[in-house]
Amino acid sequence: MRMTAPSEFPAAQPGQFVMVRVNDAIDPLLRRPFGIFDVGVHTPAQTGAASQPYLEMLYRVVGKGTGMLSALHDTDLLDVLGPLGKGFQLGAPGEEKIIVGGGVGLAPLYLLAKELVKQSPVRLFVGGRTRDDVLCITEFERLGVECYVATEDGSLGECGLVTEALIRRLAACDGTPRIFACGPHGMLNAVAGIAAQRNIPCQVSLEGYMACGMGACLGCVTPGHHHSNETPDYRCVCADGPVFDAAELKWEA
Amino acid sequence: MKPDLSVSIAGLELRNPVMTASGTFGYGEEFAEYVDLATIGAFVTKGLSLRPRAGNPTPRIVETPGGMLNAIGLQNVGIDAFIEKKVPFLRSVATPAIANFFGNTIDEYAELARRLDAIPEIAGLEVNISCPNVKQGGIVFGTDPQCAFQVVTACREATIKPLIVKLSPNVTDIVSMAKACADAGADALSLINTLTGMAIDLERRRPVLANITGGLSGPAVKPVALRMVWQVARAVNLPIIGIGGIMNARDALEFILAGATAVQVGTASFINPGAAQEIAEGMEKWLAENGVEDVKSLIGALEA
Ligand SMILES: Cc1cc2nc3c(=O)[nH]c(=O)nc-3n(C[C@H](O)[C@H](O)[C@H](O)COP(=O)(O)OP(=O)(O)OC[C@H]3O[C@@H](n4cnc5c(N)ncnc54)[C@H](O)[C@@H]3O)c2cc1C
Ligand SMILES: Cc1cc2nc3c(=O)[nH]c(=O)nc-3n(C[C@H](O)[C@H](O)[C@H](O)COP(=O)(O)O)c2cc1C
Ligand code: FES
Repeated sequence: MRMTAPSEFPAAQPGQFVMVRVNDAIDPLLRRPFGIFDVGVHTPAQTGAASQPYLEMLYRVVGKGTGMLSALHDTDLLDVLGPLGKGFQLGAPGEEKIIVGGGVGLAPLYLLAKELVKQSPVRLFVGGRTRDDVLCITEFERLGVECYVATEDGSLGECGLVTEALIRRLAACDGTPRIFACGPHGMLNAVAGIAAQRNIPCQVSLEGYMACGMGACLGCVTPGHHHSNETPDYRCVCADGPVFDAAELKWEA
Repeated sequence: MKPDLSVSIAGLELRNPVMTASGTFGYGEEFAEYVDLATIGAFVTKGLSLRPRAGNPTPRIVETPGGMLNAIGLQNVGIDAFIEKKVPFLRSVATPAIANFFGNTIDEYAELARRLDAIPEIAGLEVNISCPNVKQGGIVFGTDPQCAFQVVTACREATIKPLIVKLSPNVTDIVSMAKACADAGADALSLINTLTGMAIDLERRRPVLANITGGLSGPAVKPVALRMVWQVARAVNLPIIGIGGIMNARDALEFILAGATAVQVGTASFINPGAAQEIAEGMEKWLAENGVEDVKSLIGALEA
């Protein structure tokens, strides 16, 4: 969905997110977090018309809040808090950039791709269970991103896990690429493992169950690399992330 | 004419009765961008323990109708890191900062009270007595008046700062708890903390929270909180800070009518980081519109 936005939004970094209050009532009570899909300034065709900053979100209807979002009308106002969190570090110009995404995890990756294509060759690897999990490929292609799709049931692209295609690409590319990933936790876990084995810089964007989005409630935390009960090392997904260097976090073996 | 919103509680002079609740406002800094701290009465920091605490595994939060459950598990930086990393911010803030704390044993409570007493930037102490007493095998300080009396006595001996005791609603008789704290030398009482609850994922046939149960907060708890404030205000001669589901100025004023001298805003800050400031402004507006010159005239003014 696209909306007009206050003037600070076009400066949002790829990977940042917003907290959306869907309704003034107390049900749903909490804001809902969404990645920033795109921001920019729209300049109307008519001469003299003021240009207008905009914000785009990509969301999937899963429950109460997203259901209400999908029922909004053109002229409705939405209460949006943000941009929040820390975004992606783009890395050096020229080196190959590899983006891995799945499902609505693609949302924050579009703005990232938009920035990256300005300075580097970009390849996108999208995975899903079925073709329905694969969103907005054409938008990425339009940016000039080379896209690889894999679905577990073979309904779109290659049959299998997208990580297999990723491994093949890593074997083929010369120099050190940089990986950016957002998607289901299992996918991120696999990507982080692949990157660690090959010593490739890898950033992941995580999800967490958020109440405040600004580091106050401590609801959204994820364990850092050295976390244990004796040496607690929880990081806030909202304020320390949502983008983390994969090596900073604790992953399942 | 501008109504007078100032109140005095436990020796603290507040420009207005609106404070922020522990665990919902970080250490203050997190909100500085959204709230002019000089517009609220005071703020309370996240519950502190002697050593840093990891807290519980995730998920720690789930929304329920009109409320939320949290099982953060009192994650906090511990008193040493608090003094080193968080207190310097407080120096620049022209609003009283109150430190919320808890221990596993009576000695730990007293030790924390002693260390906090020595920090000039801390204007007051709020003792959280709703956590398990490890030494006594899982009895909760906050549900046994005898234990509460001992904890508060120990803290009282350790500090000359305003001592506020925060009560748990998970008791059958809130008044006897309040009396025990008053007898032990508390300067004020704040109530309520969260109500124990749970949420179930039917399809997975599992509890939603990793901790199974959590603390309920938000608008859903307001009627319980109002009732407890009212009961305690009639029975105990100490100022009360009302907490529970306060979302707007009207909610806050209801607590004051029920007998609270001040209020704390919790969950509302998650939904609107500027909530406490807006509630203070809304109160002033309501008083002006209703010809009330002094908010103190509303304390306990419920006609019942
Ligand atoms: C930083 C961040 C960025 C996100 N970006 C996007 C995005 O760009 N597009 C998008 O569609 N979604 C995104 N999400 C997920 C989105 O926030 C949830 O889908 C949404 O909150 C669900 O709200 P609801 O009221 O519709 O669902 P509810 O009625 O609350 O729940 C329905 C189902 O969704 C699950 N759910 C609820 N909250 C979350 C959550 N925070 N993460 C994962 N699952 C959840 C619940 O477990 C439940 O099974 C993001 C989440 C985070 C933390
Ligand atoms: C996420 C969260 C963390 C909390 N942490 C603490 C805490 O550390 N110490 C404490 O005394 N109360 C804590 N509380 C309780 C609140 O201070 C408050 O008493 C309660 O949320 C009820 O108020 P509300 O309905 O306005 O949120 C916490 C509440 C929430 C929601
Ligand atoms: S959502 Fe509250 S700390 Fe991250």
